[in-house]
Amino acid sequence: MHGYLTIEQVGKSFETSKGPFTALSNVSLAIEKSEFVSIIGHSGCGKSTLLNIVAGLSKPSTGAVLLDGQVVDEPGPDRAVVFQNHSLLPWLTAYANVRLAVDKVFGKTKSSSERDAWTKHNLALVHMEHALGKKPDELSGGMRQRVGIARALAMQPKILLLDEPFGALDALTRAHLQDTVMEIHRDTRATAIMITHDVDEAVLLSDRIVMMTNGPAATIGEICEVGLERPRRRLQAVDTPEYARCRKQVLQFLYERHAKAA
Amino acid sequence: MTGTLGEAEGKPRAKPWLADLRPLEKMRSVAAVVLPPLITIGVLLLVWQVLCSQEGASLPPPSKVLKDTWELIRDPFFDNGGTDVGLFWQILASLKRVSIGFSLAAVCGVALGVLIGQSSFAYRGLDPIFQVLRTVPPLAWLPISLAAFKDSNPSAIFVIFITAIWPIILNTAVGVRQIPQDYRNISRVLRLNAFEYFTKIVLPASVPYMFTGLRIGVGLSWLAIVAAEMLVGGVGIGFFIWDGWNSSLLSEIILALIYVGIIGFFLDRIIGFIGRLIAGRPI
Repeated sequence: MHGYLTIEQVGKSFETSKGPFTALSNVSLAIEKSEFVSIIGHSGCGKSTLLNIVAGLSKPSTGAVLLDGQVVDEPGPDRAVVFQNHSLLPWLTAYANVRLAVDKVFGKTKSSSERDAWTKHNLALVHMEHALGKKPDELSGGMRQRVGIARALAMQPKILLLDEPFGALDALTRAHLQDTVMEIHRDTRATAIMITHDVDEAVLLSDRIVMMTNGPAATIGEICEVGLERPRRRLQAVDTPEYARCRKQVLQFLYERHAKAA
Repeated sequence: MTGTLGEAEGKPRAKPWLADLRPLEKMRSVAAVVLPPLITIGVLLLVWQVLCSQEGASLPPPSKVLKDTWELIRDPFFDNGGTDVGLFWQILASLKRVSIGFSLAAVCGVALGVLIGQSSFAYRGLDPIFQVLRTVPPLAWLPISLAAFKDSNPSAIFVIFITAIWPIILNTAVGVRQIPQDYRNISRVLRLNAFEYFTKIVLPASVPYMFTGLRIGVGLSWLAIVAAEMLVGGVGIGFFIWDGWNSSLLSEIILALIYVGIIGFFLDRIIGFIGRLIAGRPI
């Protein structure tokens, strides 16, 4: 199986004081260009580990990741990550945080005024044009996450990696950000992988939902194709039988077949 | 020292702007800040006055201190040659020594701090040495430095340097070591090179820690200069105090102590202020 992004037989084990611990084993997945894929699973199932391997931040113990025909072996701006805790540099303004990434990625190919315009364009995509000069401390959690998304988008990555991007936000803010991500996906046709543990979020945003079994040695248990038409609107989508079917399939997987003994 | 730092952290961030308040509220909020210290100072002076006015008191009361030292307070700029100069010159001489010693300590301390913060090898090699050396009292260095420099002024400066450098090194190192993994990840995703990582991530992320070290360092240098000057002599506030003791001029000593305290307070605040300017956030 070959896609734009190919995850092939990836496994990851860590050395611990009690001997080796296998977090992931035999994960294979192919993602097409412009596809939006969510990875869902109980906490501790290794989904963040998998995302870090795709990002290049950690190396797989077995197998490999290929992006656009090239082996991923180190982090790079072609796989921009939106971290769960936004990871903005607190001493820089929203603009400067995004500009740092833009300067690094387009320093040689774009002029200074083009980079300025590109930075502002990306902040406008996430509706943050009003807060260019604000520092992360002065922004709400949702706004910080928007700037984090703008920074990732501004790198014009081949694939966008979202690591539980809305996990720390309240439900209303979360919904607003999901809408923004849907808009961006509609407009830019960005390829994306999103880690989540929110079933509705996964169904609403994704083309496919990858369900992970519980660790240790977690792997892909099931994949749900979401046949909802795009562009999607939250209120219309939730009333469709397809939405209900996907939701039920994911819930059944998580709570019947792979329920976590908590 | 730690008390002042704690206070600065605990301050509420968003103070109402004085300009926005009505005159009466403005006066009230100013009074709320100014009155309590005035009252405590007044009470302390009163207690001091009462206690030291008794028959056989060994220390002068504040009224006598003021009367005895009025000439010194009124004209801090006189210069009769030798060590017989006004308090302004005495303090300036001490501040000069502190500024040279402290600046050297700041440069070397930050450099060494970044080194042991970044490199585990340097940390393992140097940290034990630093941990032992930093406990040596400042004045214990004086005989060695006198032997090495064979001159009193550089010896005093060296004592300042060696006193101030440890908190600067150790705090800078902590600042560099605590850089969150997230920032490292960001720099890896952006593929920042070593130089960019250092200037764009390491320095700004550790500035608050550096300035904590610098603040403690400047306080310690000011503590050490008085002691060092007592021993090495020459113009300087420390020798002024020692000279006052030798001539039984207790009022002059008390005046000098008050000046030393006030200058030390301002040194601390100045470093804190510079730190806030550079870091762009409270330290």
